[in-house]
Amino acid sequence: MYAVVIGGGKVGLNLTRELLAKGTEVTLVESRRDRYLRMDAELGFVVQYGDGTELWVLERAGIQRADLVVAVTGDDEDNILICQIARDKYQVDRFISRVNNPRNRQYFELLDIRPAFSATDLILRLIEHEVPDYGLVHLLDLPDEQLEVIEVVVCEGCTAAGLEVQQLALPEGSIVISVLRDGSGFVPKADTVIDAGDEVLVCLDPGLESQVTALFDAAK
Amino acid sequence: MPFVLIVGSGRVGSIVARNLLAAGHEVSVLDGDPLSHERLDEGQESTWEGAGGRFTIGQAIERDALVEAGIESADVFIAATNGDNTNLTIAQIAQKMFNVPRVLVRVMDPARAEWYKAQGLETICPTSYAVQMFEQALATPGDEA
Repeated sequence: MYAVVIGGGKVGLNLTRELLAKGTEVTLVESRRDRYLRMDAELGFVVQYGDGTELWVLERAGIQRADLVVAVTGDDEDNILICQIARDKYQVDRFISRVNNPRNRQYFELLDIRPAFSATDLILRLIEHEVPDYGLVHLLDLPDEQLEVIEVVVCEGCTAAGLEVQQLALPEGSIVISVLRDGSGFVPKADTVIDAGDEVLVCLDPGLESQVTALFDAAK
Repeated sequence: MPFVLIVGSGRVGSIVARNLLAAGHEVSVLDGDPLSHERLDEGQESTWEGAGGRFTIGQAIERDALVEAGIESADVFIAATNGDNTNLTIAQIAQKMFNVPRVLVRVMDPARAEWYKAQGLETICPTSYAVQMFEQALATPGDEA
């Protein structure tokens, strides 16, 4: 596999190191000269100097034969353009972009730049996971693959509490894949009883979320 | 007269704004730098607002700033900040999110200008014009020749 990484900040540099350690062929493009020189001393020919939003720089980095383009500059407009050009001009099938400001996520979606990851969103998700005030956590969203995994807390007095997994009236297209109880998780059997206070992981088709969570929410 | 929203009150944006306002257009300018307003007033008999212009301080990429500057009712959108990638991104936002009928984009890099033109954006590349002018000037004898 050949990967082109644009942006040699903390994310881009560490990602490049990890990919190299896994035996992936990588080129890292950095536009700041001081950063480039520092990284060049460590990584040598892996690093190229230039503005990764310029076509000739991308071509010099070999974008035509890239299997993966990773846009992780500190500028969302740059990341959007890099992915757009990689996809539409150079027919790169796989690209991943960083969203620096979560408010710009709407523009990545508007221009169909997916997947786009935001460190802020990821940390927020971890906070939701760690802080039990939130009843529902999105663990995984793969819109292209039509797949979601959510974590829900089983509330006292909800429809599901006290029922066996096979008795749950889950909608077609959803399934309980794991139960977290007293700090450890296990894969439930059909006759596993769901208790209040458990956290359940449910794998579901997009759009079923409200039907699924209704079973676990406290009766209102 | 059509309503024109210009993002970027630099040398190009501010002069285009003044000329369009003088020609009777409704003109709104958005720029992140409050001081850029001076370019709109410079050498004019009245202030920009006094002459009927609008000015909004805000980042080009911020949805709220674009809305405040009037993007929802704009007939023409001109992306003239000093960043090519910002211009290309906001131009596509104007086109695809706000359905502005006419979108013009300044792109300094000829390669990106050409490619995005082929993708359906109306790009304007000052660099290409400058190159052309130099070449034309060189092809004709100067005063000293």
